Amino acid sequence: MNEYIGIAVSFLLAGGVAGAMVFLGSTLGKKNPTPEKLAPFECGKEPFAIPMGRLAIKFYLTAILFILFDVELVFLYPWAVVYRSLGFLGLTEMGIFLVVLMVGYIYAWRNGALDWN
Amino acid sequence: MPLPLVWLIKVVLIYGGLITVAAAMSLAERKVSAWIQWRVGPNRVGPWGLLQPVADGVKFIFKEELVPEGANQTLFRLAPILSAVPPMLAVAVIPFAGEVSIGGHVTTLSIADLDISTLYVVAIGGLGIYGVILGGWSSNSKYSLLGGLRASAQMVSYELSLLLSILVVVVLSGTLDLRQIVNDQAGPIFAWNIFALPVGPIAFLLFVIATFAETNRHPFDFAECEPELVGGFHTEYSSMKFALFFLGEYCAMTVMACLTTVFFLGGGNIPWWPDAPWLLELTCFLSKMGFFLFLFLWVRWTLPRFRFDQLMALGWKVMLPIAIANVFVTGALLSLGWFA
Repeated sequence: MNEYIGIAVSFLLAGGVAGAMVFLGSTLGKKNPTPEKLAPFECGKEPFAIPMGRLAIKFYLTAILFILFDVELVFLYPWAVVYRSLGFLGLTEMGIFLVVLMVGYIYAWRNGALDWN
Repeated sequence: MPLPLVWLIKVVLIYGGLITVAAAMSLAERKVSAWIQWRVGPNRVGPWGLLQPVADGVKFIFKEELVPEGANQTLFRLAPILSAVPPMLAVAVIPFAGEVSIGGHVTTLSIADLDISTLYVVAIGGLGIYGVILGGWSSNSKYSLLGGLRASAQMVSYELSLLLSILVVVVLSGTLDLRQIVNDQAGPIFAWNIFALPVGPIAFLLFVIATFAETNRHPFDFAECEPELVGGFHTEYSSMKFALFFLGEYCAMTVMACLTTVFFLGGGNIPWWPDAPWLLELTCFLSKMGFFLFLFLWVRWTLPRFRFDQLMALGWKVMLPIAIANVFVTGALLSLGWFA
């Protein structure tokens, strides 16, 4: 348990340093805002259309696929730690698990979920 | 000397070191790029430009701070902090050297020795992405939003290969404790996980490629990508908040260099000398770490940038299947007694 006190101290220190840097920057820096300065950068043009509109579906699809594989990884980590005591049975079971996963992976690939064109 | 004081010394030493490395990297980035491109680089502030990071820091503090019109005020200010804190926290569990004696207490040279330090470092390190996404989203700028989106897609894609290549090391060592992983690689140089043939070198290569993508470094720096996206997710940032993103990036690079050393190059172990004094171990660790930090810069000025669809294809269609097969082969070889 003692070790987590070190983590807590680090958290306070890191958060404190980062927070202090942002605070110092915003208090010590000079302030002279003009409408041109405050406008979002648009290569010299007047900004048109707000950027919160529609997004490419690909990003969403990537996130969904990531969740699937990430959950699979959560299962793999405990398996890896105790693998030596599981022996051949552990290998067989993980093999079956990975085969099922790979079927899904190939399905996603053949449906074009991994293409970005 | 009371025990809390010993801890405080360790915390201050390690964080002081981390901030120093990050500052030195901001200079090294320019010096190395100048060296590779046959230029001089910063040489005005201090001898050999050594005081340049200090001058930059002072300048950043006194620069005008802008929050663009229509930006989300809270998230815009929170994003740089969120991107700088996680890598700084992740450094807490890195085992820099074996046992040291501070004021009569024999202790280890890391802030915390957790049983689950691998999980901790991966979980905390993964949080760094929120700073980039929120920074891009809250700026109310198209370039920032695109940079943030790209960064999120890229970082989650390569996170999988990163985790799977760590998994090989976990299978080989049978523990999630970084210190035990290091101790496991003591002895001859062939005990290093990179030499655990045939899976070690593959895992090492996948890990290094994934760290470049995770830290948004060249050739995968699509979050900034200046020819297309101006500055990417930090287009609208100025003054100290801009500097914090870079502090976060350099700290993340340092953590990744440390992790590469710990997982694959035996941490502070000196080959064939398991009981080396701690100072030599620390030097050994730092030189391995320094090599990987240099590699980040070297690659940046050597390779051209990928295209975004190439990046995603590499992550999902090449690295992911290889990484999964690699884990399975590791398990199979281990149960056949290959690594005995």
